Amino acid sequence: MAAALVDNKSQPHIVIDVKGAVKKYGEGAASIYALAGVDLQIAAGEYVAIMGPSGSGKSTLMNIMGALDNMTAGSYFLDGIEVSSMDENALSVVRGRKIGFIFQSFNLIPRTTALANVELPLAYQGIKSAERKKRALAALKVVGLEDRVTHEPTELSGGQQQRVAVARALATRPALLLADEPTGALDSKSTEDLLDLFDQINHAGRTVVVITHEADVAARAKRVLRMKDGKIISDTLNPARMVSA
Amino acid sequence: MNIFEIIRFALRGLTINRLRTFLTTLGIMIGVSSVIILTAVGNGSSKAVQDSLDRLGTNSIQVRSGNLGFGPRAQAVSNNTTPLTILDAVALNDPKQVPSVKQSAPVANANSTCVNGSSTSTPSTFSGTWPAYFEASNTKVAKGNYFSTDDVDQGRRLAVIGTTTATELFGTDNPINQVIRCSGIPFTVIGVTEVKGSTGFQDGDSLFIAPITAVENSITGYQPLSSIIVEAKSSKLTDQAQAEIQTVLDARHRVKSSTSRDYRLFNQASLLATSSSSSKVFTVLLAAVAGISLLVGGIGITNIMLVTVIERTREIGIRKAIGAPKGVILSQFLIEATILSLVGGALGVVAGFIGSHFTIVGVKPVIMPSSVFLAFGVSVLIGLFFGSYPASRAASLRPIEALRHE
Repeated sequence: MAAALVDNKSQPHIVIDVKGAVKKYGEGAASIYALAGVDLQIAAGEYVAIMGPSGSGKSTLMNIMGALDNMTAGSYFLDGIEVSSMDENALSVVRGRKIGFIFQSFNLIPRTTALANVELPLAYQGIKSAERKKRALAALKVVGLEDRVTHEPTELSGGQQQRVAVARALATRPALLLADEPTGALDSKSTEDLLDLFDQINHAGRTVVVITHEADVAARAKRVLRMKDGKIISDTLNPARMVSA
Repeated sequence: MNIFEIIRFALRGLTINRLRTFLTTLGIMIGVSSVIILTAVGNGSSKAVQDSLDRLGTNSIQVRSGNLGFGPRAQAVSNNTTPLTILDAVALNDPKQVPSVKQSAPVANANSTCVNGSSTSTPSTFSGTWPAYFEASNTKVAKGNYFSTDDVDQGRRLAVIGTTTATELFGTDNPINQVIRCSGIPFTVIGVTEVKGSTGFQDGDSLFIAPITAVENSITGYQPLSSIIVEAKSSKLTDQAQAEIQTVLDARHRVKSSTSRDYRLFNQASLLATSSSSSKVFTVLLAAVAGISLLVGGIGITNIMLVTVIERTREIGIRKAIGAPKGVILSQFLIEATILSLVGGALGVVAGFIGSHFTIVGVKPVIMPSSVFLAFGVSVLIGLFFGSYPASRAASLRPIEALRHE
């Protein structure tokens, strides 16, 4: 995979293209810049970790990349489509089709089975029931939860819940998997399992962006970005991963 | 995303908190059923008044001796007055003197116990009169015949009896052409009246009506009349008829001023107007109480939907993050509110129909179809109206804000 990336470096397919992103809270002297001009390009098939202390703007960047939040200034192209000027309805389509979210707190719909949770984004896309179920089951199989499909979130362990969330993110076959502190609420064993799953997903060709402040999580990525005070301060390839992959 | 999917989401949303869904539905149900039942009670009571007055005959005017109404004082005064006589009744049948009167009949009441074999019955109304009485008092014979003017002239001892009297004397046997003895005098039963029902104080079907001549000859003797019943040509003419009666009787009884009359007139139409207007006030009052409870139910829905939206803000955020369009979220919450009010309204209608089968504080409720449609319609509108605010609030949340909500 890494080899392919290197080979296509001349004309890579760009999934994320952020230019001059500024996010300002407040007005005048009291205003705070969560993002103070960020430029970022992520190509298809990359596995990127964004690191930084809290307040560095990494979550804001992730929210903007996920079309959950708008920018004060700058432009954002997702999979070749300009997102920054979209209206609410178009944004909901982009969120549904282009992006798979994985959150720290799992964010499954409560009192709803794993299968129904995974089916939900497909339902919002208007996919018919039979096809939806097929795809949801396939996604649950990928994360190794095919025997837990009728369980509700409260009947699953944290690691299992997060894997349901991964299955939900994968079910729509998104251009981009966005994970915000995905291991923050998991024990070390579940963390390992999840990171193995991310490797597997990335290996299958999916673009993965992980936001984390844990070095061992970032160590699994092929490219590591460090942020501070709303700016990217370093952008390095992870040589160990490039070789091992 | 089709509408059935959204309805399924809404139903799932409602089943998540069953107790709350149940309580909200209950609120609307109580609102709707109380509108239906309370207006049915009001309507039933005004119907009851209407019916009992209809039975008395709305065109009829009663003339009674005395000027102070009922009671011992009225009796004392009536001793010094000119009694009502058959001749007064005759005069009140003269179309030249009383052109607005259709007919009049003298009434001589008695207290008598009737016997058939071992069965006895004391009719609460035991009257001797003319055939005109039946029409003037709206008394209809269901089985058998009326007696005729000829029967009155000949003093034939014939009787028309009410259903209660008939049952007491004959049980299930046919009373027609049977002979009963009242105060020892034999009367042949020729007719049984239609069921009248109770008029409040007395059983309207405990009734014995015979030719006045027969009653006077054999039971009461020739005493002053108890009353004269007069039927106006139409209910519109009762006031005019009343004035004509006063003119005739004032002349006959030598009454000098309107305050010293020795007789009184009872106009059923004016009684009807009074009671129906008071029962209308009653109905409006009940409807207002019911309407308030419906409104409270509606506010309950708003409150629940607001709480639901706040409680599920995070869930809304998740749904939006995974691609739920605004319209779907809006529809889901609107449908939830509508289902709550539809189901509550439908249950309220059912409860209203069931509740209206019982007699409430002595009134048999009569459902007003308009109240059913109104209550149900209002409950659904309340659901849509009060539900739309929380729903649009939910739909307009920005996903990032909704997700941050704890």
